[in-house]
Amino acid sequence: MRKVAIYGKGGIGKSTTTQNTVAGLAELEKKVMVVGCDPKADSTRLLLGGLAQKSVLDTLREEGEDVDLDDVRKTGFSDTLCVESGGPEPGVGCAGRGIITSINLLESLGAYDSKENLDYVFYDVLGDVVCGGFAMPIREGKAQEIYIVVSGEMMAMYAANNICKGIKRYSDGGGVRLGGLICNSRKVDNEEEMIDAFAKKLGTQMIYFLPRDNMVQRAEIHRKTVIDYDPESDMAGHYRSLAKSIDQNDMFVTPKPMHTDDLEKILMDYGLFG
Amino acid sequence: MLDMTPKDIQERTALRINPAKTCQPIGAMYASLGIHNCLPHSHGSQGCCSYHRSHLTRHFKEPVVASTSSFTEGAAVFGGAPNLRQSLKTIFQVYKPDIIAVHTTCLSETIGDDIPSIVRKAEEDGLIPDGKFVIHANTPSYVGSNVTGFSNMVKAMVDYLATRELKPDSEINIIPGYVDPADMREIKRMLGELNVTGTVFPDTSDVLDTPMTGSYEMFPKGGVTIDRLMKTGSGKATIALGAFASEAGAQALETKCGVPFRVLDLPIGINATDQFVKSVLQITGEQRPSPSMIDDRGRVLDMMTDMQHYLYGKRVAIFGDPDQVISMTDFLVSAGMRPVYVITGTPGKRFEERIKRILGDDAPNCVVRASADLFYLHQLIRNESVDLMVGNTYGKYISRAEDIPLVRFGFPILDRVGHGFFPTFGYQGAMCLLTNIVNTLLDRVDRDSAEERFELVM
Repeated sequence: MRKVAIYGKGGIGKSTTTQNTVAGLAELEKKVMVVGCDPKADSTRLLLGGLAQKSVLDTLREEGEDVDLDDVRKTGFSDTLCVESGGPEPGVGCAGRGIITSINLLESLGAYDSKENLDYVFYDVLGDVVCGGFAMPIREGKAQEIYIVVSGEMMAMYAANNICKGIKRYSDGGGVRLGGLICNSRKVDNEEEMIDAFAKKLGTQMIYFLPRDNMVQRAEIHRKTVIDYDPESDMAGHYRSLAKSIDQNDMFVTPKPMHTDDLEKILMDYGLFG
Repeated sequence: MLDMTPKDIQERTALRINPAKTCQPIGAMYASLGIHNCLPHSHGSQGCCSYHRSHLTRHFKEPVVASTSSFTEGAAVFGGAPNLRQSLKTIFQVYKPDIIAVHTTCLSETIGDDIPSIVRKAEEDGLIPDGKFVIHANTPSYVGSNVTGFSNMVKAMVDYLATRELKPDSEINIIPGYVDPADMREIKRMLGELNVTGTVFPDTSDVLDTPMTGSYEMFPKGGVTIDRLMKTGSGKATIALGAFASEAGAQALETKCGVPFRVLDLPIGINATDQFVKSVLQITGEQRPSPSMIDDRGRVLDMMTDMQHYLYGKRVAIFGDPDQVISMTDFLVSAGMRPVYVITGTPGKRFEERIKRILGDDAPNCVVRASADLFYLHQLIRNESVDLMVGNTYGKYISRAEDIPLVRFGFPILDRVGHGFFPTFGYQGAMCLLTNIVNTLLDRVDRDSAEERFELVM
């Protein structure tokens, strides 16, 4: 079983990319579980066809600690298994602690047991790495490979660099490695070359370049992944290719986070004069 | 038990071994108990509340009541607001205190529960009956110490309750510091001797030193009333005893209500008691202390001079909460003893500065350290021993390992009696302390004397 965590700046398209990739892997006959680690609990909407799922923490709050796996795990597109951690309302409590509680509970309920025959677990993690709770998916024994969704926009690259610092921290002691950057294009000048160079500086690779396509938006409105909504579209093909790239990936590194000056130099070199 | 403590002292930054302090909420809980008809409430998990209650009980040998928000995993994630609301409702329904004093814990502080807005909402929703009060203090244990918690709760009493009335009061306010009920009682006795009326807050006398009557009172007769707390805002002046425990409250009272304040050392020993008496007289315009106080003072002096040869030059290690340690150091220096190691676990540069000022040229080589621990003290003693240790019960392990007599003083004292009944404050308190110190030293002389030097008269 491969355990994969998807990080990236807020709004970059982590959840969309994760679900479409998972749909691609499901087409390859892989057994996949998606664990949404975002208090908004919207990481499995496209696979389930809507926000119908009760989160782990909602269940814990309402039913107490006597929870069954079936209470919190739903089956979505192509037999993918979907779980949402959930969390507190904005402004109260501790969302980070919520992720820890939720993943611990999933483990104790046997969601990762070998009898589940999982090929992949995907953690879709909120925003930047902000505290120990949000780093839970990359702690020892959890996710071993990480993909960062990024675009050519400056703040997205800042965030990606910051996330690399978190990965480096945990990779020193544990087994977590960076598998690559997924560029989710924002149609920035020289985006593909820039992210490719950025990835090399970090010691990793740009594993895939996803072009911008309004098809993604249309599929989202219909609460579906692109592969589900329009299997023949170009974009569906791109997501299948990304799924295949991840499935065949063998480049796992401890990233070398960059100094801010170096990061800005890449932006200057490619963003202005490229 | 401490045989392995190494002599070689290494600078440590991230590790404390056998701390010379405890949790903030213990101090906050203790201060809350000094309000009449008050139930202290611990906003956190049950274990915090149980530990704090039992620690206080072990020191005072009295039941200590407090309630808790009983956090579970769910409260940690979703915030403790529902727990606190339910607590307030239940407490006012079942236990009927006049006031609930909420203090926080590490967990609720880390998840960031906003107590004032939760309490305000509870009030709007009618969960707090008319004429009842809820106050709060933030007391994360990863900041400061038990003394900080006490100080924060005293400040909360002022922030929530003190009000300035048009007609100023002629009474003075006294914040007694983090001290035993016997000392709070002694302050009130001294005020009586000086013909001065004042408000001592908080006041745990008749709360944590109640007599056995055969019936249990959940809220004993003692404690400062809410009415008196409100009137502190109209007081003539505030005397804050102990900078660490009491200054913040006095400062808040000045800021909020314009009541001037002065900060004094705890009145332990002759010098500090003199300062206290002088200040009270200056504020109230009285000229002289009562003859009986002057006689008490003379009796302490008499004992000090009579026993001078047993006290003079003795090397002493003093440890505990900063206000206590400061005054005790001053007292022992005035008795001719030589403090060589002076340590507190509470952080604060002021501690080191104040001690160095007291010691002056008398003890140039004295080691003074805030944010220190008992392991460090033990290492110092291993390198060069002392004749006497003065501090709380936690020193007994070093005392045993190094065969040094220990005079129990400060908080907590978990293994002796007396601190609940006999003051350390005032001239009478000085007599009690000196008796204890001298007798402890004499016991040691008797124990260690060779047969031919064993004296009947000492």
